[in-house]
Amino acid sequence: MRYLPKSPADREAMLKAIGLRSIDDLFAPIPAEYRLNRDLNIPRQMAESEIVDFFRQRSRENGDGYTSFLGAGAYLHYRPVIIDSLISRGEFLTAYTPYQAEISQGTLQSIFEFQTMICELTGMEVANASMYDGSTGAAEAVMMAVRLTGRRSVVVARNLHPEYHEVLATYATHQGMPLSTVGFGENGRLDLKELERSITSDTACVLIQSPNFFGTLEDVDAIAEIAHKAGAMLVVSIAEAVSLGIVEPPRQADIIAMEAQSFGVPLGFGGPYCGVIATREKYVRQMPGRLVGQTVDKDGKRGFVLTLATREQHIRREKATSNICTNQALVALMVNIFMTVYGKVGLKELAKQNLAKTAYAASQFAKHGKVLFANTPRFNEFVVQTSEDPYAINGRLLGHKIVGGLPLKKFYPELGNAALWCCTEMTTRSAIDTAVGFIAESERSVRSAKEEVEEMAR
Amino acid sequence: MKHPTPKATRHVNQNEGLIFEKSSPGKAAWKLPPLDVPEVDTSKLLGSSERKDLGHMPEVSEIEIIRHFTRMSTWNYAIDLGMYPLGSCTMKYNPRVNEAVARVEGIANGHPYQPEKVSQGALRIIKTLSECLIEITGMEAITLQPAAGAHGEMTGLLMVRAYHESKGNARKKILIPDSAHGTNPATAAMVGYAVENLKSDSRGMVDIASLEAQMNEDVAALMLTNPNTLGVFEQQIHKIADILHAKGGLLYMDGANMNALVGKVRPGDFGVDVMHLNLHKTFSTPHGGGGPGSGPVAIKKMLEPFLPKPVVMTHSDGTLGFEYNRPQSVGRVRAFYGNFGMFVRALAYIQANGPDGLRQTTEDAVLNANYIRKGLEGTYDLPYDTPSMHEVVFSDKLQSKKGVRTMDIAKRLIDYGFHPYTTAFPLIVPGALMIEPTESESKEEMDLFVDAMKSIAAEVEEDPQTVLDAPHTTRVKRLDETTAARKPILRWKPA
Repeated sequence: MRYLPKSPADREAMLKAIGLRSIDDLFAPIPAEYRLNRDLNIPRQMAESEIVDFFRQRSRENGDGYTSFLGAGAYLHYRPVIIDSLISRGEFLTAYTPYQAEISQGTLQSIFEFQTMICELTGMEVANASMYDGSTGAAEAVMMAVRLTGRRSVVVARNLHPEYHEVLATYATHQGMPLSTVGFGENGRLDLKELERSITSDTACVLIQSPNFFGTLEDVDAIAEIAHKAGAMLVVSIAEAVSLGIVEPPRQADIIAMEAQSFGVPLGFGGPYCGVIATREKYVRQMPGRLVGQTVDKDGKRGFVLTLATREQHIRREKATSNICTNQALVALMVNIFMTVYGKVGLKELAKQNLAKTAYAASQFAKHGKVLFANTPRFNEFVVQTSEDPYAINGRLLGHKIVGGLPLKKFYPELGNAALWCCTEMTTRSAIDTAVGFIAESERSVRSAKEEVEEMAR
Repeated sequence: MKHPTPKATRHVNQNEGLIFEKSSPGKAAWKLPPLDVPEVDTSKLLGSSERKDLGHMPEVSEIEIIRHFTRMSTWNYAIDLGMYPLGSCTMKYNPRVNEAVARVEGIANGHPYQPEKVSQGALRIIKTLSECLIEITGMEAITLQPAAGAHGEMTGLLMVRAYHESKGNARKKILIPDSAHGTNPATAAMVGYAVENLKSDSRGMVDIASLEAQMNEDVAALMLTNPNTLGVFEQQIHKIADILHAKGGLLYMDGANMNALVGKVRPGDFGVDVMHLNLHKTFSTPHGGGGPGSGPVAIKKMLEPFLPKPVVMTHSDGTLGFEYNRPQSVGRVRAFYGNFGMFVRALAYIQANGPDGLRQTTEDAVLNANYIRKGLEGTYDLPYDTPSMHEVVFSDKLQSKKGVRTMDIAKRLIDYGFHPYTTAFPLIVPGALMIEPTESESKEEMDLFVDAMKSIAAEVEEDPQTVLDAPHTTRVKRLDETTAARKPILRWKPA
């Protein structure tokens, strides 16, 4: 086996040193009746070339070479080459959690920079590094608000990513955290009147997403005011991090739970991604997840350490802020490098391109289908309503190697034949025009079919 | 100070400030293609939501970024540099083919919502890995959705709870041995269970009499790590399972130490009802400085209705898909399907090994731990002389007489070119030195390690101050953690 650095003679010598005759003696503590006396029934040992072939084949079966208009919590942005060059360095890739600070300064300093940049971008004072993803990060942020307020119930926006909502429901089930939902209005934004009615004296927090699941921006100021007036916290989920380049961050939020996948993390069929929680300094002791702090060594030299560990499970056990242990450190490093590459100016220009592509696409789609929530500011997603079932339209697009927008029937049946489309800097004008052509054709054929029916009725 | 070992030597170490300290306006490491659609007036589109300023985000060039991160990387220890004997963490070699195949275009860029028709490759990977893990564990069904071990624990306990609820009584508590990982009690609390400690016997195993006394109809499950955190196989495992099952409880196995068992014994065969695996431990996906991980949960048939949704299913035409209609499911524990990129790596690892390779891997892991145990026996105190599996736990009892504790020895080990072992865990061993070499160490590397540990023990006798002041060779000396926690500085601020 090519990963094992021992010759048969080495093994013999080691057994002899231990004073054993055979390797089986080492497994004597396992009761004989449970020992496996056969080969595992799994694929045979393969050569590296065979493994590569296997996965290349799977890649071909997996949409390789397709153009996609999917977003909905997972975004295709360009990943600068140096991200993989740098994260592939064994010193980052094959290191453990930086508990031994003296020989982990690389990881620690890079996390400190990550925390700083997330604070700058979100307008918050502290940020952790990291949570599993945006969905679990949002659930943990809500639990944090419950601990901070001493209240139990949670008001959740219906235009929050539906899968984030599902994850929160799972987390909340056994913690005595009742959830209620607030709908959205004609403009795609949270219904503020309904929100006001939903908040009670037991509401720990309101959880919203902005840009929300439909890509439109929430009126965070107004929502914050309503929540705070009632003594509740505002937790804002950000699923599309690139929006922070051009959209004012929700500074009025008490806690931000962010999915940083857009910052240089491959789509990877849904993971691994990178959740982050950012908040006010005064709330830091209730924040879950790892934190790096600056300090000095014995000689007064600047250095970094994991800190405030008394929040964590390995110290506090069942009284910890969360059970989280393993996090997304290497993914956070991708995010960190991405933020460093684009920086102060590049992030803004990148976000602007997303905005321009989406504005163009929405204007073209609007000529044939109906773009919902059209007058609300949005970032890089929009909802298109068609006469035909979007699954049918998408089926035809797929034949042209285009993956159309996400049909919303599963999550929002009330929106009818609606689909969520996303454009990033990676979306070309010609792809947009092609997709719009299919929508136009669909509308034409529905119309002519309708006319035929009407004709016959006459 | 004399040179401690042939393995390590000092070398030039580059200084590097924070990236913000290198930033200046006008430098850039990015270039966007020309816009092929009309420019937009952002203030018109966004109104008051338009962001004007990105604060102190850096402005640097590409070469500066490369040097910045490369220099910082050289301050890290890593498996690629040498033995990383953290007990319970299974720091094994991370094969590079895993990284290569995870970056193949259609795998790296697959969107989680792309139609099933163009997701057959990803679904096949999920299904194949699921089948392998079911076979390896001897269980009957699995979910790959949990993002890490602790997340898997939560998922497992959610299923335990749903199972008991389906029988009309959720039950009240989870039994957890005093040697368990901190995640176990933290998880039980998240699922709404009270935690009851179970003490270990004089051999470091579950105390059967205590278990019998504490087991009743209020107990939902026992969370057992096997081999436990002392590296000891629970020899009475069948009895433990019987005691639980007799009163309707379930046996949860924390699979953190599965590296001692793969191909040699299957938890499903010795009475485990539900268990999680850590793909980042046993199945070689990289730790990456703390994550990402992946924590699949394997279960017996009776828990299948409660699996998180969606689950992978086979359509009548043989193609694969996701099934969402699972009325008894515990729900979702994560958006999408889990840390798919880790599934790819774990499957590549299993393929590279095959049944013979996996068995040899386990044998070597156990052989290595016992070789170190033999080498250090007598030099360090062995609190439990029960046979070791994949890791061995010593204590600092002998060295503490000179005022030297496990953490000091650990820090001194750094000077010898090794990463420290796990210190002060498990909690049942005061001053623990928990050593897990994994299968990835050659005899030569382990001989160096044993020599280093012996040399440190000698230093403790002759010159304890050298050990107490360690490390001496690192870029920074011991850091002031107390001040870091009392007056937290958690971000850079401009002077």
